[in-house]
Amino acid sequence: MNENAVSVAAEIGSEYKFGFHEDEKHTFRTKVGLSRETVEEISEQKNEPAWMRDYRLRALDVYLKKPMPNWGGDISHINFDTITYYLRPTDAKYSNWDMVPEEIKHTYDKLGIPEDERKFLGGVGAQYDSEVVYHNLKSKWESLGVLFLAPEDAVLHHPDLVKQYFGTIIPAGDNKFAALNSAVWSGGSFIYVPKGVKVDIPLQAYFRINAKNMGQFERTLIIVEEDAFVHYVEGCTAPIYSSDSLHSAVVEIIVKRGARCRYTTIQNWSNNVYNLVTKRAVAYADATMEWVDGNIGSKLTMKYPAVYMMEPGARGEILSVAFAGAGQHQDAGAKVVHCAPHTSSTITSKSISRNGGRTSYRGLCKVLPGADDCRSRVVCDALLLDEQSRSDTYPYIELEAEKVSVEHEASVSKISEEQLFYLMSRGLTEDEAAKMIVTGFIEPLVKELPMEYAVELNRLIELEMEGAVG
Amino acid sequence: MSEPLLAVEDLHVKVAKEPILKGVTFSMNRGEVHVLLGQNGSGKSTLAYAIVGHPNYTVTQGKVTFGGEDLLAMAPDERARKGIFLAFQAPIGVPGVSVANFLRTAYQARFHGGAAPATDKTGGQSSGFSVIAFQKKLMAAMKSLKIDPALATRYLNDGFSGGEKKQMEVLQMALLQPSLAIMDETDSGLDLDKLQTIGEGAARLAQEHNMGMLVITHYKRLLNYIKPSHVHLLMDGRIVVSMGPELVDELEAKGFDYIRNTYAKKSA
Repeated sequence: MNENAVSVAAEIGSEYKFGFHEDEKHTFRTKVGLSRETVEEISEQKNEPAWMRDYRLRALDVYLKKPMPNWGGDISHINFDTITYYLRPTDAKYSNWDMVPEEIKHTYDKLGIPEDERKFLGGVGAQYDSEVVYHNLKSKWESLGVLFLAPEDAVLHHPDLVKQYFGTIIPAGDNKFAALNSAVWSGGSFIYVPKGVKVDIPLQAYFRINAKNMGQFERTLIIVEEDAFVHYVEGCTAPIYSSDSLHSAVVEIIVKRGARCRYTTIQNWSNNVYNLVTKRAVAYADATMEWVDGNIGSKLTMKYPAVYMMEPGARGEILSVAFAGAGQHQDAGAKVVHCAPHTSSTITSKSISRNGGRTSYRGLCKVLPGADDCRSRVVCDALLLDEQSRSDTYPYIELEAEKVSVEHEASVSKISEEQLFYLMSRGLTEDEAAKMIVTGFIEPLVKELPMEYAVELNRLIELEMEGAVG
Repeated sequence: MSEPLLAVEDLHVKVAKEPILKGVTFSMNRGEVHVLLGQNGSGKSTLAYAIVGHPNYTVTQGKVTFGGEDLLAMAPDERARKGIFLAFQAPIGVPGVSVANFLRTAYQARFHGGAAPATDKTGGQSSGFSVIAFQKKLMAAMKSLKIDPALATRYLNDGFSGGEKKQMEVLQMALLQPSLAIMDETDSGLDLDKLQTIGEGAARLAQEHNMGMLVITHYKRLLNYIKPSHVHLLMDGRIVVSMGPELVDELEAKGFDYIRNTYAKKSA
């Protein structure tokens, strides 16, 4: 673990730290529920060209026709008619932190964004209730031709790029929630990295659900041209409400020949949020796509970051950590699809359940005909911290090519008594020992995170672990 | 007259309902090296585990004091913080936890009132702990024990050879500076040059910190480096013979039964 983490400060209370919300002050808000009218209003608020409005409306038709999925977690309690699908807190965007409205600033001050800005990040886009309010792209990246904008701005100012790629990886018909997102999407990030450009500082954005019954439908599209590199980091928090919130994002990523993209998420929605996300990347010849996916919060998460390896030499790597406490179900995993020969993938999934929480690993390893000489390795380890908790594994392996090597290892364990005793025999209390063991369990993912995330994740786990033993 | 470092009185211990120790009595002080000999199954390790408080070992009768305090009333982590250390025979691995991170946490627990919690913004400095000073100590200790510094960034005991694990145990001893160090068959599985380094290292530590040492071993070799002051023979769950260092050679020459028949006190 990063030694510097010890000296980085963050205050932890015993309650959910981010359980606060600003008094809602919104200049525009659609009526509750979803209708053709709602979708048209959203498009109009964004001044969208007809082609995007029509795209939304076609997606709405798809959404209304598709049935709810009958697998995964329990979504029967979401009442789609009482959700507000769009909300905009301010009419202007700011590129300078000092100009952002006070209460929004206050929220983000609490979340630490200005500090990050002072540090070494390339650019920060902060989302507050469906709209990207604050955006600051460092001039260096701008001069290299790197685009890091709100998707709405991309629609208006880079329509050709958007038309070329938007919806090509995840079409509206992919699944019901992709259709929903395609109809009502708002906010997210649009990133374009030109050929050969390596963005060496992570690009970062935060998301936040604030208004009661808000839906978050951010749409992210990342295009990495040949031999380029970018690392995008996404972390979310949300306040606690008594009725349920829905988060249904779509992330599409294209990684071209020789390029590399890493997408890191630490999701910490409060425990009333349904988090149903479709994330998919395509990797071309000799390209690498890496998903680093941490799921700590939410009532239910269904999320299976996917990599489609389209040409020889492509590589997919997915590292996933899920933590489920009382009342939580993390149905997470990964999908790797080998569409070309000489491709390789690894999936590492670590899950922890306690206090009746439930984690499920749901993963697909698929090798299409002709995709000879591929390798895939899946490791899924589950840690159950008590008798009430639950962990399941649903691996799907579909192999239709020659000379394919696929390994799948799974383990379920509880905290070893011997390990606990060993650490206690060195003076650690039982709680400290359990925390150390759990932190060690997720270390393969933590060491891949930017430092502040590593610190935040370990602290989140420590908070969750309070009183874990016994 | 001050209290002995460790006083064991009529200790009975069972493991999985099986009585192993049936009335062990002995005591020791700082600066002494006590060696515990006995055949396999005699209960040597049982005594060690009972002293450190392993949950699988149940004390059914008897008393143990540490510096005059009731040891059996303390949880294992408390005993460790008071200065008892057991170098395990087969140390377990803790994947994902680096040696350096683990040692620093244990060091803070022993000397700075506990592992620094996440809420401590000074990273423990408010209790006088300095990460940099600790790092220096760690490197110096590794150097003096001829331990490859690369081990510090590896995960604790994970994939370590038997010899490397034993080195870790003695490294921990060097940093935690216990007042009572129990070494449970530290020599088993060690090649000769490591045995020498570890033996000499342990002996040096014991002397520097005036430790009391309880050494459990089958072989004479370790005792070439760690000179015993007292030697006990454990048989049938009791200490049947206690003598000076000469017992080691006698045992080797004459065997367990002879020793027992010649020297053991006749009990009722």
